[in-house]
Amino acid sequence: MDALDASVPAISPRRPIGASVATFRALMGSGFRRYATYRQATIAGTFTNIVFGFLRCYVLLAVAAGAAGGAPGGYDARQLATFVWVGQGLLNVVGIWGWGDLADRIRTGDIVADLVRPVSPVTAYLAADLGRAAHALLTRVGPPVLVGALFFPLATPSRWQTVPLFAVSVLLAVIASFTCRYLVNATAYWLDDARGPLMFWTLGSGVLAGLYFPLRLLPDWLAVTLWVATPLPGLLQTPLDVLIERDQPALQAGLVALQAVWAAIMLALAHWVQRRAERRLVVQGG
Amino acid sequence: MGELRAYAALFGGRLRSATAYRTSFAVEMVTNAAGTLIDVVTVFVLYRAAASVGGFTLDEALMMTGITAFAFVLADLTVGNIDQLETYVRTGRLDAVLVRPLAVLPQLILADLPLRKLMRLAVGTGVLGLALARNDVDWTPARALLLVTAPISGAVFFGAIFVLSAASAFWWIDSGKLGHGFTYGGRDFTSYPITVYGSWFRTLFAYGLGFGFVSYQPALTLLGRADPLGLPSWAGYLSPLIALVVSAIAAVVWRLGVRHYRSTGS
Repeated sequence: MDALDASVPAISPRRPIGASVATFRALMGSGFRRYATYRQATIAGTFTNIVFGFLRCYVLLAVAAGAAGGAPGGYDARQLATFVWVGQGLLNVVGIWGWGDLADRIRTGDIVADLVRPVSPVTAYLAADLGRAAHALLTRVGPPVLVGALFFPLATPSRWQTVPLFAVSVLLAVIASFTCRYLVNATAYWLDDARGPLMFWTLGSGVLAGLYFPLRLLPDWLAVTLWVATPLPGLLQTPLDVLIERDQPALQAGLVALQAVWAAIMLALAHWVQRRAERRLVVQGG
Repeated sequence: MGELRAYAALFGGRLRSATAYRTSFAVEMVTNAAGTLIDVVTVFVLYRAAASVGGFTLDEALMMTGITAFAFVLADLTVGNIDQLETYVRTGRLDAVLVRPLAVLPQLILADLPLRKLMRLAVGTGVLGLALARNDVDWTPARALLLVTAPISGAVFFGAIFVLSAASAFWWIDSGKLGHGFTYGGRDFTSYPITVYGSWFRTLFAYGLGFGFVSYQPALTLLGRADPLGLPSWAGYLSPLIALVVSAIAAVVWRLGVRHYRSTGS
């Protein structure tokens, strides 16, 4: 029985990168399938997105009708309607709200099962989150955009680069959103109970990502500060601004580059916090 | 008396568990209050871009936002946590609630009274106060009475909507989000003059579901403005009646739901 020891067998030692990709893909698939089982929740959530789409769209169009020049924040009526309806779909892809899994696992001690795996928890949860986002992209974006298009005139992109830029922007938004949520959940390593930080996040992220109103309606200095100093506008406002071509091509691409910088910073930060936490973690329970 | 003591015990347990994690509780108190504040800030931001929205100025719209803020916050504080019903039904924990010799609804409400939402009430009152200070209300006894009845009836109305949307979980387990369209959606709807909405959407929400009588009609009466949509000024006094009707419907639906509950298998 001398062949038995506690070392972890490498899945495919000669192709380490291929194996990592396979693992990442498998974890993504599991994230996708997990959300695919919540069919009632998907339908209920879509219905709510549509109700809020109507509410926000009517209010913003009334603001546009009352604004001098008819273009509050530099958006015309079509752009505002597109902003609202695509935003209602994208909200679920980016997944700003409702992820407390990691905090729960830290509090209960289940996190220990994640730590013994040969994949960093940040990477593993990122893969699962990308799977979740892929599911949302397929199921949650279409219905609100379709309803919006039926009831309101929407804007369509006129530049060739808008569509690929938008795709990259959405991916970066998902990564940035995930890392933000990861960090908020990770406060449980120090606090045991992350409910407070989670609520703080739910509250701040919606308004500062541009869900309640386009951030361009704020005074310029405040909007610019938010964009440069926080990753939050990159979660929703930037992809939407890119799609509706709010800015000249150079600024449009620049905003996506800024998103990429923030995604990289946040991902590095999540890894660093995770390493710090592992050094002080005491798993409770027997 | 025994019943009251049982409810007091439930409430006391809730109080102790809420204060067990003090830092989180404090953060929750603050964020909750800030949440209500953000709804109000949104109104200010939108009016920064336009002097008049839907034919109403910021000060006039604040009257509607204020009544809604107070009414919604009071309802959310007292019965808002009923949206946890979904979890009770899915996990079968409702069984434990049903076997106790107490009514189901008060148990659920008291077992999880969201004390963290207390500070919201101060914000809600503040917004209503601000609206009154910024508008030149021509006070009459009827208007003074309206100032009391409208926010309270609004709270009863929102409370009934909370119960109705939670009760949908008896039939449709993962329905949590569905109700948000009417509870939080209703709050957003009533925070603005209803003239901003498209006609069929307005007819459905304002007159079909009754949301128009929560804050829009009472605010018009308080401001002494004629309704651009044509309802007479006494429509502002209808909110208690509407709240009563919706509460009766909610009570019936709740009872049907509890009877429909079949627990959960393994």
